[in-house]
Amino acid sequence: MKVSMSVNGKQVSGDVEPRRLLVHFIRETLGLTGTHWGCDTSNCGACVVLVDGEPVKSCTTLAVMCEGREVRTVEGLQVNGGLDPVQQGFHERHALQCGFCTPGMLMTGRALLDENPNPTDDEIRTAISGAICRCTGYKNIVSAIRWAAEHEAQSSKEAEV
Amino acid sequence: MQTPAPFEYERASSVQGAIEALERHGPEARIIAGGHSLLPMMKLRLANPEHLIDINGLEELAYIREQDGEIRIGAMTRHVDLLKSELLALHFPLFRDAENVIADPVVRNRGTIGGSLCQADAAEDLSAVCSAVKAKVVIRGSGGERVVEMEDFHVGPFTTAVGAGEVLTEVRLALRPGAGSAHEKVERRAGDWAIAAASAAVWIDESTIADAGVALSAVGMTTIHATRAEELLHGKPPSDDLFAQAGEIASEDCSPSADGRGPVDYKRHLAGVLTKRALRRSAARALLQET
Repeated sequence: MKVSMSVNGKQVSGDVEPRRLLVHFIRETLGLTGTHWGCDTSNCGACVVLVDGEPVKSCTTLAVMCEGREVRTVEGLQVNGGLDPVQQGFHERHALQCGFCTPGMLMTGRALLDENPNPTDDEIRTAISGAICRCTGYKNIVSAIRWAAEHEAQSSKEAEV
Repeated sequence: MQTPAPFEYERASSVQGAIEALERHGPEARIIAGGHSLLPMMKLRLANPEHLIDINGLEELAYIREQDGEIRIGAMTRHVDLLKSELLALHFPLFRDAENVIADPVVRNRGTIGGSLCQADAAEDLSAVCSAVKAKVVIRGSGGERVVEMEDFHVGPFTTAVGAGEVLTEVRLALRPGAGSAHEKVERRAGDWAIAAASAAVWIDESTIADAGVALSAVGMTTIHATRAEELLHGKPPSDDLFAQAGEIASEDCSPSADGRGPVDYKRHLAGVLTKRALRRSAARALLQET
């Protein structure tokens, strides 16, 4: 079955079986392996991508259900060759060890800040409650997302001046 | 790798189109909405539909509105929108209680009220929520629409009154004075299914309970409608003692199974305690002592 969608701003299409999951379409058909394929049961959040700006578990979404949608993966986070503030925050605050959960955490964090630019720690924890880190780095992940929020607030203030 | 068995897929462009597709493909066709219950079951071969009819494009089924003395919720309304609805929180705050603890925020972006009810998993929260507030559901087929009470909706495990060639389109909640409602759930970790959960609603007229609804999740093969507990409450003034008695009855009337989430006696105990708490909060909300 033909399916077309926008992925990281580029129009892509493929001929897939209807049962093809979005995560495998992204990783195998498109070769974008930044999105990780984890528990396969919508529990772990490693496969989170944004569909029309909303975080979605791509292991529990059919590729054909995304016809005409705008998908954003971790590869689409960087802006003009520079890191997204959420990515920079993970670097600054040492928010990863093995890195397996990181793509999903980054996309979930990005979606949170797009909706709520100044979240409390509780709101950050709730937002990432569907993403599991087995290195138990939650404290640093929360800190990294807060770092990104603070730096985005600062740079938009500077842009106003 | 967990992948569903092969199936044919089509997108419905209208409710009528979805009904026609269901009729055309027969019993092995299924509607897919958010897919967060159906796709995991298909991966495990617990469900093996040969045709999926995708209704995600049916924006006309995504709404929460007040009409003719009812709150009406379209079947494609997603959990996130139920959680954020001020209208629902004002009249039926148990929806917000439940939606805060249904799965996780990312799953809530996809799952729908129609899908949750039609899945009819006994551990699922919205079936108990809708039962407690005595909701009605609108079911549409080629012969027209029918309205079914929640007490007639669950006909068995994972089985509902929605028949062949039919689609659940709307949930209706009657607006009655003196209403208060609450949902209480205990889970092992954030986002998990309930060990046990209780939904309650009371309608208080002057100082007595004119009507009450109690339903339980995860403590039986289907959502438990705790009718004996409801009967106890009718016509009595709300009190902690009364709610404790109702909890004891609900605890007796459920039928949990032992599993990784706990043994039978623990789940029964939880069902009773959660019923009592949900009733206490419902009454406090009805009497405007709590929001």
